[in-house]
Amino acid sequence: MKKLGLVSLAVTCLLADYALAGEGKLLATPGLTQIEGSGGGGLVPWATIAGYDSREQTSASVFSTSVSVDDYRLSAWGANIGLYDRVELSVARHTFDLTSLGGDISQTIVGAKVRLYGDVIYSDWPQLALGVQHKQLSDGSVARLVGANNSSQGTDWYLSATKIHLGAAGGYNLVWNLTARATKANQMGLLGYGGSHDDDYAIMLEGSAGVLLSRSLVLGIEYRQKPDNLGLGEQDWYDAFISYLPNKHVNITAAWADLGSIAGVRGQRGLYLSITGYLW
Amino acid sequence: MVTKLHLGVIALLLFLAGCQSNTASSSLYEQIGGQQTIDRIVDNFIRQIEYDPHIIEFFLESDIDRFRSKLSEHICAFSGGPCVYSGDSMQDVHAGMHITESDFNRTVDLLIDAMTEAGLSHPQQNKMLALFVPMRRQMIYR
Repeated sequence: MKKLGLVSLAVTCLLADYALAGEGKLLATPGLTQIEGSGGGGLVPWATIAGYDSREQTSASVFSTSVSVDDYRLSAWGANIGLYDRVELSVARHTFDLTSLGGDISQTIVGAKVRLYGDVIYSDWPQLALGVQHKQLSDGSVARLVGANNSSQGTDWYLSATKIHLGAAGGYNLVWNLTARATKANQMGLLGYGGSHDDDYAIMLEGSAGVLLSRSLVLGIEYRQKPDNLGLGEQDWYDAFISYLPNKHVNITAAWADLGSIAGVRGQRGLYLSITGYLW
Repeated sequence: MVTKLHLGVIALLLFLAGCQSNTASSSLYEQIGGQQTIDRIVDNFIRQIEYDPHIIEFFLESDIDRFRSKLSEHICAFSGGPCVYSGDSMQDVHAGMHITESDFNRTVDLLIDAMTEAGLSHPQQNKMLALFVPMRRQMIYR
């Protein structure tokens, strides 16, 4: 799985170089690819459709992300299709290495998103989108071990609002996103769904805010609220990121992420690295 | 760690607060250097359009001299300069052109290049674009 992640990264870089990307949107305005494969920030899905497609165009992108914290390492890779800046379809694969304990957990995520209203720059109100992420664990043994009620699959629903304000802060563009997610997932589903502590859907709030230092450089922060269904002290996630979007073919993000306590092991912090390549 | 992130947030807020201060006093027109700079932007923009094989199509039947003087006047008036826009409404100018979202954004990219060439800073460019954002709905799909 690690090898696959590396291969996909290499393929991403290669394709990013040679591809003819759909270029109907302004630079940086589709955002990035978030950890579960949806168009977004890093940890949080946004209302933006992931590619550079405008109303008459389609787009395709591939991404690879790695998060290395003290006792775990998450590798994510996947692909995303944008249809007419209206619909987004995504697939992602997660491999979660338990680097201290040994072993790994993997899951597949299939996502869809529909833009309900607006344009991230041009409409008076923020762009709005409704999304879904369906996750399937390859092997539920760890989820069962930690007490998850469902150790095979689960579905998250989310509503996102995203807006870019041109020149809002002394001439610099600001971007913000607010997402409400209905979820039963423990650690994004890697530890199954529900538990002895709580087995109902809960609405979690997620947010991102950033400033565009130039056309191609974004500095920002993120927050993702998480439920504690297992009673293992699962904590909210935070990150601070810098993204470089040199052209409409590729973007690169580095972040410092605080994932809190994972499966009872506290203080999981480390480096988040992500690349997205746009094929057309 | 939380403290590190908090520091990041505070630094970001300070950065944004710092940027807020020195804007209100003079108009964007004055900040960028007045009519001279606007004329340079418009000249650069027209040259950018001439070299763009797709966007030039929209201008094939245009009177370029009139476009030059009306656009210059428009930017002057909207950025707080001493001009009154005397041209046609944006709806009338763009009627029947069937400008798509991608055509529009592509032209915005050309305008950004034109402003960069004319020496506008990144914040000045954003403020200029913000002035023209409300006009988009009068320009596309008409």
